Parts: sequence; structure tokens; C-alpha cells
Amino acid sequence: MESMLQPVADFFGPAWPAVWTLAKIVAIIAPLMICVAYLTLAERKVIGYMQVRIGPNRVGPKGLLQPIADGVKLLLKEIIVPSSSNKGLFILGPILAIAPSLAAWAVVPFDDGLVLANVNAGLLFLLAITSLEVYGVIVAGWASNSKYPFLGSMRAAAQMVSYEVSMGFALICVLLISASLNLSDIVISQGTGMFADMGLGFLSWNWLPLLPMFVVYLISGIAETNRAPFDVVEGEAEVVAGHMVEYSGMAFALFFLAEYANMILVSILTSVLFLGGWLSPVGFLPDGFHWLAIKTAAILFIFLWARATFPRFRYDQIMRLGWKVFIPVTLVWVFVVAVWMMSPLSIWS
Amino acid sequence: MEFKTFVFYFLAVIMVFAALRVITARNPVHAALFLVLTFFNAGGIWLLLQAEFLAITLVMVYVGAVMVLFLFVVMMLDINLDRIREGFWSYLPVGALVGILMLVEMAMVLGGSYFGLEAMPAPPPAGESFSNTRELGRVLYTDYVYPFELASLVLLVAMVAAVTLTLRKRKGIKSIPASEQVAVKREGRVELVKMQAEKED
Repeated sequence: MESMLQPVADFFGPAWPAVWTLAKIVAIIAPLMICVAYLTLAERKVIGYMQVRIGPNRVGPKGLLQPIADGVKLLLKEIIVPSSSNKGLFILGPILAIAPSLAAWAVVPFDDGLVLANVNAGLLFLLAITSLEVYGVIVAGWASNSKYPFLGSMRAAAQMVSYEVSMGFALICVLLISASLNLSDIVISQGTGMFADMGLGFLSWNWLPLLPMFVVYLISGIAETNRAPFDVVEGEAEVVAGHMVEYSGMAFALFFLAEYANMILVSILTSVLFLGGWLSPVGFLPDGFHWLAIKTAAILFIFLWARATFPRFRYDQIMRLGWKVFIPVTLVWVFVVAVWMMSPLSIWS
Repeated sequence: MEFKTFVFYFLAVIMVFAALRVITARNPVHAALFLVLTFFNAGGIWLLLQAEFLAITLVMVYVGAVMVLFLFVVMMLDINLDRIREGFWSYLPVGALVGILMLVEMAMVLGGSYFGLEAMPAPPPAGESFSNTRELGRVLYTDYVYPFELASLVLLVAMVAAVTLTLRKRKGIKSIPASEQVAVKREGRVELVKMQAEKED
């Protein structure tokens, strides 16, 4: 690979590192956008079948070209800027929504060594970047200068800050037992242990010793991405579409892209942190990226499944779940894990 | 110019501009968003100093949590800037005095013999495997464990105090404990009554 690229590197000269990094970014973002497009189709199909419908089936064979048709439609629509809105921030809102959800992919490890930036503080970086996601919603809601967007953004601010706390505590447990903030190291550390030596790798992944944290992280992830049943931010029966009411065309599409990119991000992170990333569940099968893809797809299916199954939470119930259930549970479990690690029963050495 | 120097000036220029806009912006929401930009660039400059833990914590805590709640409050207020600026000239002498005092103090600290460039030369660049986070944690929980625990206790007291100050028991609210809601059975809500069919002849 290195020798093959040498002539290209010579051509670009000193600009080569920047060009090479840019190429790698494109190699992550372009497939991601295709995944996002087809995730919207998968969502409509899955929910359709769960409700005994067929779902979209008109555009292309089996409706497979539906996302492309949707994309073209959104691209061609006019972007309307309300006259009494705050124009600069109105445009900035969707940008602030999509930027962090793409930036977070910089530290996601896809395979052993296959990561854009293998930084030591990868987990911290993720926490910081995902905490910025709320700004898109808040800025959009305020700049729209309209009642429903404003109510939606208020809800978003409270909800996302609340669930970030429990998410952070869940991550603290993970980094306690893997003794590293580097995501690749966290995956590799899950491949060792008693069960992994017996060839049953899936029993030594973090989900088993940290089962409560796994559940808390997954549910908090659904709440962080404002997905059903936690979608009071855009609850169509209450605040029409929340922060997105005044947006049209591509500006609206950016919120949509950000939401689905975040869903995929939370799923892939759950796979990396709790389900062993690219590691194979059993000893006789080789590790590889396909395992990460399968795990991520399974968790994405849970996202869609939850949306088709549960009614929307009431707002005070969401706050109660976050503050009165998840935070005490995570606080206790952080303590339990810390004591467990120091006791003679520790399974992490 | 070295690439790192370029990045530093890039971040620093944006940071100084944003900081100036925080105090000159007419709209309080704009001011809060500029403050976010300032924090973000400060985080970038700290990253250049290999203090990645502090940089990311700055973004996480101040940008991700504190400023969100700040915006939350600022957005709900209907602030009339002209009324706030009414007393500007009468406060100016006091404000200027405090400002000059702080400037002198900073100049004395930074330029004096204690913290000057001669007294505190830049540390040698750390190696590849150097982890700022690990180093910080080690110092914080060994050498400085008592001050650290004391600080956290002070924060806890402040937190409890804030909660007690704002806590009030309201009477007549209709909220139901969640455990009671969950425990509801069909039998408690629905009653089937057998009755004779009513016939009209």
C-alpha cells in the first residue's frame, strides 16, 4: 500500500499528509451518508412490516431507490428563511447539528488499526463532541423565532444534558475496567479473559460484567438522539416538529442526516464499547470489520423496533427516568465496579 | 512559520475576536454563543500545549453543559439592553478601577520573577506514550488528594445549598408517583356489570 501510493505522495509533495487525511475522511463520510440514506428506507420498511404494511415499494425495484428520490426532492426544494427569524443563526443551526455528528467519526475504530485518528483520549473526545450536538437544536429553535421550535429546543436542552450525565457514568465504568481512553485499546482489552481463552469471546466482552451499564448506555443513546420513545423534542402531536418546523429543503435534510448519523454513531459506539467491536464472538471465526457491521446493524434494528413498539414518554417521565433511575443506578455501579476491581475477585488484571 | 505557530495564531485571533464580541454584542444570545466559540478556541490552544485532558474537559463541561444551561436561561429572558446600559457612566469609574487593578496584578504575576519565561522555562516535549490524563490523575489522587477532596466537598455543599434554597413543597399538584401508575391493573379501572338486555316492544 505504502509503496503503491509513493508516486502520488511525491506528486503532492508537502501537502500530501493533508490530502491523504482528506481522502480518508471522504472514505468514512461517503459510505456513512449512503448508510444514512438506506437507514431511512430500512426504518420505513421495518416499521411497515411491524405494522403489517409493505412500506415504500414504488420507486425502483422493491422501493430500493426511494432514498435517492427523497434526496433529490429535498435538494430541489426551496429553502425558506422566515422574515422575522435571526437569519445568521437560522442558517448556522443545521450546520451545528451535522458538524459534530460527522466529527465524532474521527476516532471510531473500524478494525485493528483502521481508524482515522488513533488518539489516546478518544473516549473523552467523543464525550466532548457528542455534548456539542445539542447546539444545533437550541440555535435552530431560538433563531426560528416561533413558539413550537422554541419549546422543542427547550426540551432538547434539558433532555440531552440530563442523559449525557448517565451516559458519561456508563463510559466511566468502561474506562475503569479497560484502563484506557483509547477506543482501539478498549476493544482489544475485551478480547482477553477466561471465556476468550475458551473460545467463547462474546462472554468476555464488556456487556456481561457491565450489563446494567450496557442497558443504561443504550437507552440513554436513544434519548440522546431524540428518537422515539424519547422524541418529545420533535413530538409531532405536541410541538409539530419541534426545532425543525420552520426549516425546508436541504436545511431540513441536514437535521435529518444528523439524526440518522447520530443513530449509527451511538450504535457503533455501543458495539465498540460493550460488544467487542470488530472481535469475533467465537474463537474459530476470524475477527474483522464485518462483525462490527453486524453488531451495529443489530443495535440499529433495536432503535427501529423501539420506535415501532413504544408510545412516546411524557416529558416528566423522561426527566424522572434520567435523574431518578439512571443516575443513581450508574453511580452505584461505578462504585461496585471500582470495589470489584480492587477485590481478589477481580476478573480484570 | 512553523505549522504549530500558524495554528496557534489562527486559534488565538478567533478567540480574541470572539471574546471581544462577548462584551460588545447587543444580543445576549449572540454573546453567549460567542462565549462558546471562545471556550472552543481556548480548548484548541490547550491541545497545542499537549494538555488534551484539560482541553477536552473544557469543551465537555463548559461548552457541553454549562453554556447549554446558560443559553437556556438567556433565551427565556426578555432582556432590554438599553435599560441595562442606563447606569453605564456612573459605574464606569469603579469598573475601570477594578479592570486596571486586575491588569496590574496579571502583569506582576506574568512579568515578575516568579512566573516569567526565565523562572518557568517550557517543559521538554513529552514522548509519544505520554498520557496527560494518566499523569493528571496520578498527581490529583496522590500528592493533592486532600485539597482535591476538600474542593469536591465544597462543591457538594454548594449543590445541596442550591437545591435547598429552591426546593419548595407545592400543595394541590396533581402528579402521581410513577410506582402507583405502573402498579395500575385492569381490575382497578374497569368494572364489567351484568345487566338485563333492554327490550323495546
